Amino acid sequence: MATTPIAVDGAGRFEKVVSILDRYARRPSGLIPILQAIQHEYLYLPEEVLTYVATSLDIPPARVFGVATFYAHFALEPKGKHVIRICDGTACHVKQSLPVLNALREKLGTTEKSKTTPDMLFTVETVACLGACGLAPVIVIDEQVYGQITPDRAVALVDEIKAMEASPATVTASEQPSGEECHE
Amino acid sequence: MNNTEALSTTGKGTGISTHAQVRRVIICAGTGCMANGAMKVYEQFKREIAGSGLRVILELRAEAAGDEIRLSKSGCQGFCQMGPLVSVVPDGILYTKVRSEDVADIVQQTLAGGQVVERLLYKDPSTRKSCRGLEDNPFYALQNRLVLSECGFLDPEDIHEYMLHGGYRAARKAFVEMSPEEICKTITDSGLRGRGGGGFPTGRKWDAARVQNSAKKYIICNGDEGDPGAFMNRSVMEGNPHSVIEGMMIAARAIGANEMLVYVRAEYPLAVERMRNAVADAEREGILGKDVFGTGLAVKCEVMEGAGAFVCGEETAMIASIEGQRGMPRPKPPFPAQSGLWGKPTIINNVETLAHVSRILNVGSEVFKSIGTKDSPGTKTFALTGHVANTGLVEVPFGTPLREIVYNIGGGVTDDAGKIWKNGFKAVQIGGPSGGCLTEDHLDLPLAYESLRSVGAMVGSGGLVAMNQGTCMVSIARFFMEFTQRESCGKCVLCREGTRQLLALLDDVIEGRADAGTLDLLEKLGHSVQIGSLCGLGKTAPNPVLSTMRYFRKEYEEHVFEKRCRTGRCKALLSPEINQVKCKGCGLCIKACPTGAITGEKKQPHHINPELCIKCGACATACKIHAVEGI
Repeated sequence: MATTPIAVDGAGRFEKVVSILDRYARRPSGLIPILQAIQHEYLYLPEEVLTYVATSLDIPPARVFGVATFYAHFALEPKGKHVIRICDGTACHVKQSLPVLNALREKLGTTEKSKTTPDMLFTVETVACLGACGLAPVIVIDEQVYGQITPDRAVALVDEIKAMEASPATVTASEQPSGEECHE
Repeated sequence: MNNTEALSTTGKGTGISTHAQVRRVIICAGTGCMANGAMKVYEQFKREIAGSGLRVILELRAEAAGDEIRLSKSGCQGFCQMGPLVSVVPDGILYTKVRSEDVADIVQQTLAGGQVVERLLYKDPSTRKSCRGLEDNPFYALQNRLVLSECGFLDPEDIHEYMLHGGYRAARKAFVEMSPEEICKTITDSGLRGRGGGGFPTGRKWDAARVQNSAKKYIICNGDEGDPGAFMNRSVMEGNPHSVIEGMMIAARAIGANEMLVYVRAEYPLAVERMRNAVADAEREGILGKDVFGTGLAVKCEVMEGAGAFVCGEETAMIASIEGQRGMPRPKPPFPAQSGLWGKPTIINNVETLAHVSRILNVGSEVFKSIGTKDSPGTKTFALTGHVANTGLVEVPFGTPLREIVYNIGGGVTDDAGKIWKNGFKAVQIGGPSGGCLTEDHLDLPLAYESLRSVGAMVGSGGLVAMNQGTCMVSIARFFMEFTQRESCGKCVLCREGTRQLLALLDDVIEGRADAGTLDLLEKLGHSVQIGSLCGLGKTAPNPVLSTMRYFRKEYEEHVFEKRCRTGRCKALLSPEINQVKCKGCGLCIKACPTGAITGEKKQPHHINPELCIKCGACATACKIHAVEGI
């Protein structure tokens, strides 16, 4: 099944970090875009990479970790292959987004603390507002927005993805064109 | 095309008049419509038109002959709920909820045959009348769209189209014909105030930075629209990114800045992409660069993505974030206009504020001032969401009463299933987590900066969430408090700890632990947090609680003293019981109950064991004769 993305194995991994650091001229002021680029690459911020970034930018690791933990977008733990984000903005909230969240959590066995399924296939998280309030309630699965969602439809979408994952032949064909999968 | 040429011809009529005749099919490509499949519709149009023998052009150029049909995408047209939207101009037809299967009919009946496809027209839910286009659709007809007007018309990814419709003319005027003082004066005279929440006069802000003696100054566009339930800035950045860049250029000229930065919320990938493309196009056309309009002045622009922190909408926190730090605010003064990014004079303006700027320079401050109220001139965009029939983006002059927005433009209040609910109006939450609520008594209050402040609410960034009678106001206050508590950066003790305690107190109310002292404590602590916080986040965090306590005190008291929530939303206060007379003993509830809390013989009234009941409501849903009460 899906493999856990391993942070750093061998020198090959750091090369990508180095090229990202070079792109931002190794300036500490570029810390946030640097971390964004790294997360784009690894889908999360591995601890080893963060210390490496601190050394390269010649700033204390505490500052890098401080920034990485301050912003909601940075994940210090690997996320599942499919990320499901439930919008809990005001509009979605008053249009009953919580039942959708609860249904998905129940279906996948995730909680507020442990957001990712043990098989690393799904991560279920909430987001403050996606700005698609006209379609409330909204969920986003791997960058694809689904509007006016119901608990039943959300669960059905998960079933679809599960079915797709179970038959490997169709996976590549129907994969969303969003961010590249782990390309090793 | 040489940009200077294009700019000098536009406005004299040559460019615009030929293009006004071109028949256009415009597919809304905002976030909402894209989610509903707008791109499939666009592709289908390309195929259908190609197969129909009609001539189609995808890009607008000066050499257009006039008999082609221009197929284009636009930014958000604001009527997201009814998307994907397709409009045909100049026919003035607006089709809603268009699927790719419908495209063939539109091409054959409308484009080739000149007929309207009735089934795709919008039906007003209150009058059940079909609306042909924008003029007879109350959602649009009652608005006054200035900032949004071009959002639904221009192709946001085509700089030529923006220029052919007079774009960058104001920037050119600012650089070539006007002095920085004149620009600041025009903006000050117009009375334009910051659309991001504070409402500070824009011209005065610019002037403060203009008089600073510094070789380096910065313009930052605040696109970190963090208020949950607000998406005005997203729509403008997606729909008309060049208007934002043009506004920034004028600001740069006014204060003498040569570096500009757009800080966009990362949750808006499409806005980030369109802003980046727009900057690249403006550079390629020589509008941005080393020699702006031949003046020898250099202006460059960057786009930066936020990383998900609500507090970064605050000016000083945003500056910290751009400098690569944790986004925490610092005390003012010095104001950013004196010492901002990297210690240099910096102006931070909201997206919507900047989008107004070029228009003011084009039409003059007097024309701008003629709309709106004396103290709040111009229009304001609101994101109308929640329990109303028509949700979407609404632009109205300041001073418009709430009733007009909720009932006439919004089409009235709805129930949870989306059906019109007469007398269902309960409240409107305005200004997001920093704002307050407005009640039935405020329906005729003109919306403007001062009038809202006087009733304990604020314009904020413009989120307007309508709520029906089924909404529990204590839960809504808790929802906002949970948000601000999570987003508090932790710098000020009263904000960090105070919001946490406020949240705990609200939980006490909702879960039935509150007593007579709780409400007093909520109020006292709320006021303390307002006083003891440095930035806008903490200063306004208690607003939703204080404002709901002010207008819905009775509801709070019911929760506290009667342990009852009139809407049934607060689960802990529910005590479901089976009506012993109604119950027929069919057993459906027994099957539905996940905890086995219901017992009873067949054909005999059933019982709920309160010890086992988790108040999930499954029994009430299962029961066909509504015998489960109190949930």
